[in-house]
Amino acid sequence: MPNGAAAHADHHGHHAHHPALQHHFESLEQQHEASTLGMWVFLVTEVMFFGGLLMAYLLYRVWYPGAWAEASLALDIVLGGINTAVLIASSFTMAMAVRAAQTGRHQHTVRWLILTMALGLTFLVIKYFEYAHKFELREVPGPDFEWHGQFPYQAQIFFSLYFGLTGLHALHMIIGVTLLAVITWMAAKGRFTPEWYTPVEMSGLYWHFVDIVWIFLFPLLYLVDRAHGVAQVGV
Amino acid sequence: MTTTVLPRVNYLNHEHGVASWLLTKDHKRIGILYLIVVAVAFFLGAIFAAGVRMELTTPQGDLVSADTYNKLFTAHGVMMVFFVLIPVVPAILGNFAMPLMIGAKDVAFPKLNLLSWYVFVIGFLFTIAALIFGGVDTGWTFYTPYSSTASNSNVMLTGLGVFIAGFSSILTGLNFMVTIHRMRAPGMTWFRLPLFVWAIYATALVQVLGTPVVAITVLMMALERALGFGIFDPRLGGDPVLFQHLFWFYSHPAVYIMILPPMGAISEVIACFSRKNVFGYSFVAFSSLAIAVFGFLVWAHHLFVAGISPYSAMVFSFLSFAVAIPSAVKTFNWTATLYQGAIWWRAPMMWVFGFIGLFLIGGLTGLFLASLGLDVHLHDTYFVVAHFHYIMVGGAIMGFLAGLHFWWPKMTGRMYSDGAATLSALLVFVGFNLTFGPQFILGYLGMPRRYHVYPDEYQVLNVLSSAGTSILGVGYTLTAVYLIYSLFRGERAGANPWLATGLEWNNTDSPPLPHNFSDLPVVSEGAYEYSKRGMKVA
Amino acid sequence: MAGHISPVRTYAMIFGTLMVLTVVTVAAAFTNLGIMNFPVAITIAIFKATLVILFFMHVKYSSRLTKLVCGGAFFFLGILFFLTMTDYLSRGWFVSPRGTAGAGTQVTVGPPPPPSAQPAAPAAEH
Repeated sequence: MPNGAAAHADHHGHHAHHPALQHHFESLEQQHEASTLGMWVFLVTEVMFFGGLLMAYLLYRVWYPGAWAEASLALDIVLGGINTAVLIASSFTMAMAVRAAQTGRHQHTVRWLILTMALGLTFLVIKYFEYAHKFELREVPGPDFEWHGQFPYQAQIFFSLYFGLTGLHALHMIIGVTLLAVITWMAAKGRFTPEWYTPVEMSGLYWHFVDIVWIFLFPLLYLVDRAHGVAQVGV
Repeated sequence: MTTTVLPRVNYLNHEHGVASWLLTKDHKRIGILYLIVVAVAFFLGAIFAAGVRMELTTPQGDLVSADTYNKLFTAHGVMMVFFVLIPVVPAILGNFAMPLMIGAKDVAFPKLNLLSWYVFVIGFLFTIAALIFGGVDTGWTFYTPYSSTASNSNVMLTGLGVFIAGFSSILTGLNFMVTIHRMRAPGMTWFRLPLFVWAIYATALVQVLGTPVVAITVLMMALERALGFGIFDPRLGGDPVLFQHLFWFYSHPAVYIMILPPMGAISEVIACFSRKNVFGYSFVAFSSLAIAVFGFLVWAHHLFVAGISPYSAMVFSFLSFAVAIPSAVKTFNWTATLYQGAIWWRAPMMWVFGFIGLFLIGGLTGLFLASLGLDVHLHDTYFVVAHFHYIMVGGAIMGFLAGLHFWWPKMTGRMYSDGAATLSALLVFVGFNLTFGPQFILGYLGMPRRYHVYPDEYQVLNVLSSAGTSILGVGYTLTAVYLIYSLFRGERAGANPWLATGLEWNNTDSPPLPHNFSDLPVVSEGAYEYSKRGMKVA
Repeated sequence: MAGHISPVRTYAMIFGTLMVLTVVTVAAAFTNLGIMNFPVAITIAIFKATLVILFFMHVKYSSRLTKLVCGGAFFFLGILFFLTMTDYLSRGWFVSPRGTAGAGTQVTVGPPPPPSAQPAAPAAEH
C-alpha cells in the first residue's frame, strides 16, 4: 500500500468536502444516486406490501360483485372525493416544494412544505370523521359488525379490506406528515442547497407514492357500482 | 504463508468495548454481530430438532404430549427458517464480504445496515418471548383458519416476531442492491463481479419483492385473529387458501433467499480450490437472476392438494420444472470447473463437495414433488421433510459453512485446524445423510409429517434417522469448537492464505482495515484469473 | 447534482389534468356502462398514477435503472395477481365423472342449496 495516503489526500484535494458528504461515498453525485435508487427500491417494497391486500380485494370483488356493490354504496363518496382532491393538491404542492429546493429558494420550500403538511392533515381529519361514522354505525368488522343489507357476511369482508387498505394508507400518511415536519425544520434551518436537497426529493417521492395508492383506493372502494345504486334509488 | 506481524490497525482492534460494537456502522462488524445472533438461533433450533427426533425414536408418544410436540416442531421451523436460513449467508457473509469484494468502503447505507440488525434482534426477542410464554403450535407456516381462529397458543407474538424480522431482511436486501449498483470500485464492471456478488444481488431482488407480501399476509392474519377481520374466514365467504397463495408467494422465493447466496459462496470456493476460472461465468451469473425471477412463478406447487384448480396446478407444475434448469446449469458448471482443475484438498472444499452432493439429491427430489400425480402421494409426508432439509441444511448450511471456512481467516486473521475441519465436514455429511436419507423412504411408505406417534413398522427407519441426528450434532459442535479455539490459538493467517483472487484477499489485510482499503482499488480483470496469475499451489 | 427542474407550468397542467380526471372518474362511475364500469375506473386510475410517476416523481427524466425499478414493481405485482387468479378463475371447470366439482370452488355462505343440486348418489352398497 505505498502511495496510499498521498493518493487519498490528493483525491480529496480536488473538490471541497460538502458537509453532507458521507465518508464512504466518493462524491455527492454518487451519494445522491445511491439515495435515489434506495428510495425507489423502498417504494417497490411498498407496492408489494399493498399488493397483498389488493390481491385479496381482487379475488373477493370477482367472487362477490353483489356484496361489493352493496357495501361500497355505504361509503361517503363526497368525503372520499374531497379527500382525493386534497391529496392530489398535496402532491402538487410537494412537487413545488422540491422545485423550490432545486432552485435554492428556502422560503418557498418551507412554505410549500407547510402547505403540503396542512393538506395531509386535512386528509387525515376527514378520514377520521369517516371512520368515526363507521364505528357509530357498527360497520367495523369484528364480532359487533352489523349489516342490514342483502349480503351481511361478504360485506364484512369488504369492510375488512376497506379498513385494512385505508388504515394502512392513513398510517403511511401519518408517517409522511412526520417526515415532512422534519424536512421543513431542516429547510427552515437552511440545510438544503441546489447542490444537495436529497431529503426533500426523497420525501417527495414517498409522498407521491402515498398519493398514488389513494388514486387507486378511491375508485376501488368508493366507486364500485354507483350507477346501479343510483338506478335503484331512482326506482 | 506465515506472517508473524499483526497488522497494526484492523476493524477488530481499532475500537474497543461493547459500545463500539453495538453502535458500529462498519459492515464487517455488523456481519459478526449477525453471526453471533444467528449462532444462538441455530443452537436453539437444533435443540428443538433434537426434541423432535428424540420423541420419534419410539412409535408411542411417550416423551412429550401431542401439544408439546406441535410446539417443538413449530419452534424448530420458525427459528431455523426466519432466524437462521434467511439471514445466514446474506446477512453474515454478505455483510462481511460483499462490500470488500466490490471494492467499496462500506455498504451504501451503513446506519440502515445497523438498524437492520437491531430490527432483526427485536424480532428474535419477540419470538423467544413467544416460546417462553408457552410456544406456538401452528407450524411455521401459520395456515389459516387454524392460526386465525382455532389455535390458542402465542400466534400473535410469534407472528409479530416474524413480521419484524421480515423488515430486517427487506432493509438488508435494499441496502445490498443499492450497494452493488452504486458502490463498485472503478473498473469493477458487472461481468467482473465475483459470482457471490451476483448471487447476493439476485437474493436482494427476492428479499425486496417477496418479503413485503408475507409481511402484509401475516398482518392480515393478525387482524383477523385480534380484531375479527374477515379476509380468510370461510364463515364469511373468505378463502383460507388465499392465505396459502399469499404466504407462498413469498415463502417459496424465500427458499432462494436461503440457497442462492450459498451457491454464490460455493462458486468462490470452487474456483479458488480448483485454481481455475469458473466454467461458464456468465451462465452461472445469469442463472442466479433466472432462479430469482422463476422463483416467483412456482409457489402454488405447495398447494397442489389444498383444493386449487387442477388447470392452475398444471401451470405451476410446469413452471416448477423450469426452475430446475438454472439450478442444473449451476451444478453442471461447478462440476465442469472441477474438471482438470488442480484440486486443493483443504477444508472449505470438503464442505463444497458435501454441498454439491446433497443439493443434487435435494434438487432432484424436488422434481418428484413438482409432479402433480406423485405429489398427491407424497404431500405432507416425510418425503417432503427430507427433500427440503436436503436443500436447506444439506444445501444452505453446508454452503454457508464452506463460505465461513473460506472467509474465516479474513474475518478473524486466524487459521483453524484444517484436519478438524475436514473431519467435521465428513461427520456432518455422514450424519446428515443418515438423518434424512431414511426419511425419504419413510415418506414414500406413507409416514405423515407433524405427528408424534406412528405405526410400529416405521420404527427402524426412525431410529436410524434419530441416530444420524446425534452424529450431525457432533459434527456441528466440533465446528464450533475448533472455530472458537482458532480465535485464541489459531495460527495467524496472512492477507491471502488461499492465494485467492479478489479484492478482499489482495487489496487489504487479514483482518481488513477499518475502512477496508488504504486506497481505492482499481479493477482491470475478471474475478477468477487463476491461470493468468500462475497461482499454482504446492 | 443537477436534477431535472420542471417548469411550474408543467406541474400546474398535471395538477389540472389529475383534478379533471378525478371528476371524470366519478362521473363515469355514476353512468351505467354495464360491465365496462370497472375497466374504465381502473384505466383512469392507471393513467392518473402514470402522470404522477412520470412528472411529479420525475421518472420521465430519470435514468433507465429508475424506470426499470419502477416498472419491475408493477411487473411482479402483476405476477402475483395473474398467477393467483389462474387458480380462482379456473376452479370448477373440472367436473369428475361422478358429478362432483374436482377442486375447491367458490365458498358459499348462507342456507344450504336446494336438494336438487346434490351430487350423484354413491355407487350401490354391497
